[in-house]
Amino acid sequence: MNRRVRVALLVVAAALALVPLIADRFWVQFAAKVMISCIFAASLDLLVGYGGMVSLAHAAFYGLAAYLLAGLSNGAGIAALPASLPLCLLGVGIVALGIGWLTLRTSGVYFVMVTLAFTEMLFHLFNEAPGLGGSDGLYISSRPIAQRTTVYVAIWASLVGAYLLLERVARGPFGRVLVGIRINEARMRTLGFPTRRYKLTAFVIGALVAGLAGYLDATLYGFVNPAQLGWRQSGLVLVTVLLGGKGTLYGPMLGAALITLVEHFAAGATEYWGTLIGAIAIATVLLLPAGLAGVLQGTRG
Amino acid sequence: MLDGEMTLSLFALQLLNGVEYGLLLFLVASGLTLIFGVLGVLNFAHGSFYMLGAYLAYWIAARSGSLFVAMLIGVPMMLLVGWVVERLAISRLYSRDHLSHVLLTYGLVLVLNDLQRFLFGSDVHGVPTPRPFSFGIALGEAQTWSAYRAFTSTICLAIALAIRQVLLGTRFGMRVRAGATDSEMVEALGIDVRRLLSILFAAGTALAAFAGMLAAPLTTVYPGMGEGVLIVSFVVVVIGGIGSVKGAFVGALLVGIADTFGKVLLPGVSSAIVYAVMAAVLLWRPRGFFGQAAR
Repeated sequence: MNRRVRVALLVVAAALALVPLIADRFWVQFAAKVMISCIFAASLDLLVGYGGMVSLAHAAFYGLAAYLLAGLSNGAGIAALPASLPLCLLGVGIVALGIGWLTLRTSGVYFVMVTLAFTEMLFHLFNEAPGLGGSDGLYISSRPIAQRTTVYVAIWASLVGAYLLLERVARGPFGRVLVGIRINEARMRTLGFPTRRYKLTAFVIGALVAGLAGYLDATLYGFVNPAQLGWRQSGLVLVTVLLGGKGTLYGPMLGAALITLVEHFAAGATEYWGTLIGAIAIATVLLLPAGLAGVLQGTRG
Repeated sequence: MLDGEMTLSLFALQLLNGVEYGLLLFLVASGLTLIFGVLGVLNFAHGSFYMLGAYLAYWIAARSGSLFVAMLIGVPMMLLVGWVVERLAISRLYSRDHLSHVLLTYGLVLVLNDLQRFLFGSDVHGVPTPRPFSFGIALGEAQTWSAYRAFTSTICLAIALAIRQVLLGTRFGMRVRAGATDSEMVEALGIDVRRLLSILFAAGTALAAFAGMLAAPLTTVYPGMGEGVLIVSFVVVVIGGIGSVKGAFVGALLVGIADTFGKVLLPGVSSAIVYAVMAAVLLWRPRGFFGQAAR
């Protein structure tokens, strides 16, 4: 990553930190939403951009964390952040380990279809299980953080922390092995790397960061619904990763910010905003194979 | 089903319903698996064609008074839709990775969903069972099986046999099978592969839409109906082995029967049964029943 990107990221992070001081409630909430989308998109980039795993199960972990928080808060009265965050992530980690272990028995298009199927299964379970409010979802009776500015600060800190973690994982020795697996798994296996274990580790790390994003979403808005873990959500975050430019971490965050903006303003203007998102997805594939990051770096892929 | 006891006639009824659902799924899944096998494209928009077929059936049947007229008009329309989509969008994917396929066809799903809302609205519609088949066939003393379901099963079975006949017994089918194995070689032999791919995609589209038309009186017509079928068809293809039509047939029947019995025996978690079956197959054979080695 070049110096200009690093400086730009620092400037954006600093600007985001100042938002609550200068902006009104709406924009603070909006900036918080964008930051959560950025965490979510960057976490998928670890899987797709570095590991070559086109997972459609990613939203499942986002929604699962939110449901776990609702369960802990409403059912057991455990809402305080130091208790609820580790418990939610533990739950997400266990489920991700199970789903990852099963789905990573396959690869390529099988993996795409199988992750989609498991997402759909979780969606049905949460949609139909008694006591979870069906498609309306659940309100969270007491949130981990009540004060609005504190929530914002927590989300900001999570974004910075998640980015630094993902960058360390993706650009360190582990990430290099992961990229090697994406390019030629057989060769990496021959070199003695337990490739499936590497992929599973990346899958779980990505799921945990996605779970963090879902936890923050539930903290910010105070409710969860099954649409958050549906396959459309998984598809949408895939669009953000590709639009931004996979395998760059900052690109997907740029894509997430853009899609969140489009979603918000287009949904207010027309009921056919899905076509706009669909057109963006199609145009990305046909015109911008390296995404916006590719344009910024002058390599169009 | 009192006291958890299942009478023979009820069992037969559920089995027939499961087979009928499975055969309907086969129409969707066979196109999906062939399009992947030959074109190499994973098509998320396949379920949207099923949905469009169902909406066309509702719309034309409501105006002409006959579902059969709707099928006669609707199937050629969907052949055309498939041909246009292949030429404009899918054909640009042939040299790309499956991530591009997922993204572009996901974009198509969103666009086609909006098209459906724009053309037909967001309401749920019922389609009356065609008059010649609106009676029940007696099974034992207490159960009847809908004659329309019997009709649907027969048609689907006939189509399955026709697909088999075309693939194994005609020059076109031979080229399709050759294309699935090595499309470069087929091209080198002077066969117009591009045209072959267009025809195949259009046929798959029309098959999915026809399945939607057949299902319309059984399931009602509603927004998002295509996505449910798409995902279950993926499960079918994963179980059967991607690219294998035989696998799609076996997988579709297995899923149809498992789902139908799941709804009766385990009503609380019925929707999870299908995925449990898939997980079991994955544990046992990660490439499905008839899957080939990596391509």
